[in-house]
Amino acid sequence: MNGTVLDFEKPLVELERQIEDMRNFAVTENFEALTEEIRRLERKAERLRREIYSNLTRWQRVQIARHLQRPHTLDYIELMMSEFFELSGDRAFKDDKAVVAGLARLDGEPLMVIGHQKGRNTKENLMRNWGMANPDGYRKALRMMKLAEKFRMPVLSLIDTPGAYPGQGAEERGQAEAIARNIFEMGRLRVPIVVVIIGEGASGGALGIGVGDRILMMENAWYSVINPERCSTILWKEKDKAAARTPDCAEALQLIAPDLLRLGVIDRIIPEPVGGAHRDYQASANALKACVVEVFNELRDIPPQALIDARLEKFGQMGVFEEISDE
Amino acid sequence: MDWFKKPNQGPKPQKKRETPHGLWLKCEQCDAILNRLELERNLGVCSNPKCRYHFKIGHKEYIQLLLDPDSFEECDATLVSGDPLQFREKQRYPEYLKQYQERTGLLEAAVSGTGRVGNRPVCLALLDGAFLAGSMGSVVGEKVARSIQRSIKTHWPLIIVSTSGGARMQEGILSLMQMAKTSLWLTRLAEARVPYISILTNPTMAGVMASFASLGDITIAEPGAMMGFAGPRVIQQALGTELPSGFQTSEFFLEHGFVDQVIPRYELRAALMKILGFFPERE
Repeated sequence: MNGTVLDFEKPLVELERQIEDMRNFAVTENFEALTEEIRRLERKAERLRREIYSNLTRWQRVQIARHLQRPHTLDYIELMMSEFFELSGDRAFKDDKAVVAGLARLDGEPLMVIGHQKGRNTKENLMRNWGMANPDGYRKALRMMKLAEKFRMPVLSLIDTPGAYPGQGAEERGQAEAIARNIFEMGRLRVPIVVVIIGEGASGGALGIGVGDRILMMENAWYSVINPERCSTILWKEKDKAAARTPDCAEALQLIAPDLLRLGVIDRIIPEPVGGAHRDYQASANALKACVVEVFNELRDIPPQALIDARLEKFGQMGVFEEISDE
Repeated sequence: MDWFKKPNQGPKPQKKRETPHGLWLKCEQCDAILNRLELERNLGVCSNPKCRYHFKIGHKEYIQLLLDPDSFEECDATLVSGDPLQFREKQRYPEYLKQYQERTGLLEAAVSGTGRVGNRPVCLALLDGAFLAGSMGSVVGEKVARSIQRSIKTHWPLIIVSTSGGARMQEGILSLMQMAKTSLWLTRLAEARVPYISILTNPTMAGVMASFASLGDITIAEPGAMMGFAGPRVIQQALGTELPSGFQTSEFFLEHGFVDQVIPRYELRAALMKILGFFPERE
């Protein structure tokens, strides 16, 4: 159970457990008198649920986005797609398992899916490198996007990464170049690209598969130039102070879905079940699927040149600055 | 006295630059005592022939050493940052900017415009590390984007001199989006078949290195410059062991195939003229 119940959820999880116990007891003992009590506790749990989840701080949302039980790319693929054929490797160095990709069928239509992949336990995470891609992962993704372009298939990109991997090999093989190249090539890919931040969207590691015609975001995902811990470490050099200020840095960074909608960086927020996507995989996947299908339908008939013109326009206008007059 | 004890070890980025008003200063790499005026005449390069450490210099010095005399005309000089996040952690962002504006005389971390190299017109953008470590926020992104647009319009080659700690934290996600904005405009420069020469100077890291700085048709780096995606301290933390000497320097990236040539500062202008000569002028 450790690590799967977040601190602010504890009172609710405790109450839910109590209800569950009571219900089991009532069934096995055939104890009718408990029904009223169970109903009362359920109403209380509902109130508590609404109270907790409608007032989440940004830092709490970051916790939900990182939840070990949160659905990851392969979960969504399994729950959304009627078919999936996985494709591997960058044809240059290796198959980076922090990125998954493949041909899929969504609502009857073929498409290319790419996404970061995290694990759910240590063994999986060792294989997936905690969803931190090496250059080979970005080049794998690019290979699949080029394949999609060749055969006029749209691309769905699912972002869920704590960052691009900071390693010696990653630098030797050009982590920065790999990310830059992907941003560049996604900017001129002549098929529709829909990007969804499903969990963590950390910095260049996210943007490396993050350029598209529509940018969607799950309700409890986060997306920023830096993670709150690192931001705090840079601002507050002392370790204790940095740890204490991390939640404030999450606030300052304005990294949750409503912030990004307001800043014009994302187009839509996809609602999650109360308590977060990990509480109901199927409902989460259904919401994601409905939104993605709708958005692909909007993009389907746009000619390639108009598509990439609009993409340049979209990203070209991002940023806030002023022109002061000359004295 | 062991003046030359650490040759060719690359720069030591942690070491604070001394700013005494005296005439003499110590080389950051070989500890040689250098005459300040002579160092300036040497374009900020250590005069010890076994060291040749490249001190950090500002955008004005690069304009002087790269362009024909008095040919630079600045564009978009009046762009200043907003405060889109109302960033208040530790220090109010607008005040932070103001401090740097007063300290450096610059409004932002990038300067852009047009000039001539051997009488050949070029579009130019330069980052300046004195302003908030050359970090890229909305203004730097916009200035780079407008420089690219000017190149597309005039067909004049684009030259970008980079130095940056990366994307600017205080503008959050909008800083990250400048990577996309600049890189997407570069797709149009490629389509227009106008050459882009990227010059990497010490240091060029993270968000800048992972966008326009890595996308040059030709990429030149100054000797011993630090570059890369992740900072060496972050990598060392993840790795738990010492990093090899020379890791993430220009020479390292030359060896690994991400830089075309490492060229000393005093030869950059000649190299530019030579490169531009291979690309005929277009109307």
